[in-house]
Amino acid sequence: MTRRHKLTLARILIAFALFIAAELIPLPGIWKLCAFLVPYFLVGWDVLWRSLQNIAHGQVFDENFLMSVATIGAMCTGEYAEGVAVMLFYQVGELFQSVAVGKSRKSIAALMDIRPEYANVLRDGESVEVDPEDVAVGEIIVLKPGERIPLDCVVTEGSGSVNTAAITGESVPRDVTVGDALVSGTINMNAVLRAQVTNIYADSTVARVLDLVENSSERKARTENFITRFARVYTPAVVFAALALALIPPLALGQPWATWIHRALVFLVVSCPCALVISVPLSFFGGIGGASRRGVLVKGSNYLETLSKAAAVVFDKTGTLTKGEFHVSAVHPVGMSGEELLALAAKAEKYSTHPVARAIAAAAPAETEENPADTVEELAGLGVRANIGGRRVLAGNSRLMEAEHIAAQGGEGDGTVVHVAVDGTYAGFVVITDQVKEDAAPTIARLHRMGVKAVMLTGDRRVSAQAVARELQMDEVLSDLMPQDKVSALESLMEKTGGAVAFVGDGINDAPVLTRADVGLAMGAMGSDAAIEAADMVLMDDRPSRVAEAIAISKRTMRIVYQNIVFALAVKLTILVLGAAGYANMWLAVFADVGVAMIAILNALRAMKVDGVGQ
Amino acid sequence: MKKVYRLKDLDCANCAAKMERSIRKLDGVNDASVNFLTQKMTVDAEESRFEEIMDEVVKLCRKVEPDCVICR
Repeated sequence: MTRRHKLTLARILIAFALFIAAELIPLPGIWKLCAFLVPYFLVGWDVLWRSLQNIAHGQVFDENFLMSVATIGAMCTGEYAEGVAVMLFYQVGELFQSVAVGKSRKSIAALMDIRPEYANVLRDGESVEVDPEDVAVGEIIVLKPGERIPLDCVVTEGSGSVNTAAITGESVPRDVTVGDALVSGTINMNAVLRAQVTNIYADSTVARVLDLVENSSERKARTENFITRFARVYTPAVVFAALALALIPPLALGQPWATWIHRALVFLVVSCPCALVISVPLSFFGGIGGASRRGVLVKGSNYLETLSKAAAVVFDKTGTLTKGEFHVSAVHPVGMSGEELLALAAKAEKYSTHPVARAIAAAAPAETEENPADTVEELAGLGVRANIGGRRVLAGNSRLMEAEHIAAQGGEGDGTVVHVAVDGTYAGFVVITDQVKEDAAPTIARLHRMGVKAVMLTGDRRVSAQAVARELQMDEVLSDLMPQDKVSALESLMEKTGGAVAFVGDGINDAPVLTRADVGLAMGAMGSDAAIEAADMVLMDDRPSRVAEAIAISKRTMRIVYQNIVFALAVKLTILVLGAAGYANMWLAVFADVGVAMIAILNALRAMKVDGVGQ
Repeated sequence: MKKVYRLKDLDCANCAAKMERSIRKLDGVNDASVNFLTQKMTVDAEESRFEEIMDEVVKLCRKVEPDCVICR
């Protein structure tokens, strides 16, 4: 509670005591009114004053005005006690609401509070505590156990483990040692480390994450916009209904004025839209806060809304469903030993940085280092031509073999195939495959259980793409796509699919696809600017299971949003009907208003508790 | 030019929406948003008249929600 809250509380308590006194002391006629006016003005002067101010400013349908009219109306019809009580309740409700919203806002903000307070920089041999913003790239910082890592850096001294939960949602600590990169916002657990800063604060992961989450409530979901528009119409509509209720029955049907004016005043109390207006964005804020706790950063509540309606999730293959780590899975030599074939291929591809070449080098026998290739010529899109110990070696794809008029074998099967020929004679082929991530298959299964289609999009050959797709039980595979074809492939899929289409990629050469999809999720984005820029959601680690988790969180958040909307509207409508029929008095109306707001706020808070939603 | 301001004692979500709407209508304001949850206001307005426009913004906010203070 702030000072202002405490002051209001004191005012309410004193007014309440005076109200009881006025109720109990028997006073004749006008004196009774005066006795009630004291607590009324004490508790309600600010409401009355603001409504006067607002009328002067031309803002009529404001809750202060409505409450003033309702309570003054009650006084005029002789219901002194009710007039004061309604004002009292209204103020209690406002106070409750203000405290509750403030608390929940703080607790959600605390979820996202990963801002490092300070950095210990080594300057002139001494450790100085400074603001992380004042540290330059290249400086050495000291990280003590239990401290939050203030800037992105690389360990130069010491080894220990780091808790990355705040950034990635992964609770198992990661072991780090000299040469390992540390991500800002994570927590150094048990050792004193020294590290060299690689990014200034503004470019550090923690600053980017905070920036993204804090701005997320600016992109509003359609539901949110609907509520804001609805509130604009709702209040005037109910006020006019109240006016009609006060005038028509007495004038047209000769009913008693007092009864109908009283019923109209109930309408005025119900016409405040605050419960709705607050609970919907608060639910989204909670959902986004909770998601960020699980390593899923959402750029706006509109994306959370769209994701909850996803009918299909399109995955990029390499690096998203597969590890992007290639291994030699089969060697088929012709006329030489497997080791010899691998050694030749490795020597020929030695200077290539392509992951396939790396995989061959890793599998080749150790003596490959001796007798390197004399000359190596890269043939773009085909392979390499090398001179090794006087032998002319070709290593590359089947098109290279065709171009050189060499009859290649095999070629059908999983993975990428590298053919080798020596002095114009076919020497065999090596198969390199990527490994599917452990949690890819369970993720696809979970998506299916949620009724979401899983599609794979890849530049790989059809055969290897289908092998992976079969293993994972994908619903559809789109293969052999050049980077520029991926967008049109996605577009035709979006046309075919009824609902929203989400795309998951690692941001490497699929940024346009990320942008084009209804919701683009960038995976493993710790450090990749392009991906963070292009995507609508960012998954901080590279496990596909986060995708299913994100969908589950979005669905839950939307459920809470709809619960709040339906509940608040239903209660308000019920009170309106009861009020018109004469069954609800103003007390009930205020209770309903305040109660609905409180329950909606509490319900909205559930959206941020996402533990267990992910499983 | 775009600037972000912290808001103190912004207590009513509906008022935040009202403020946002009326600030957007101000002459010289390109875009504005009032975020009730983070208690922040973003104003994007003509650079040459920025302070002048902000004075207007403050006046407007006081009209909608007298308790709310803009930390400039």
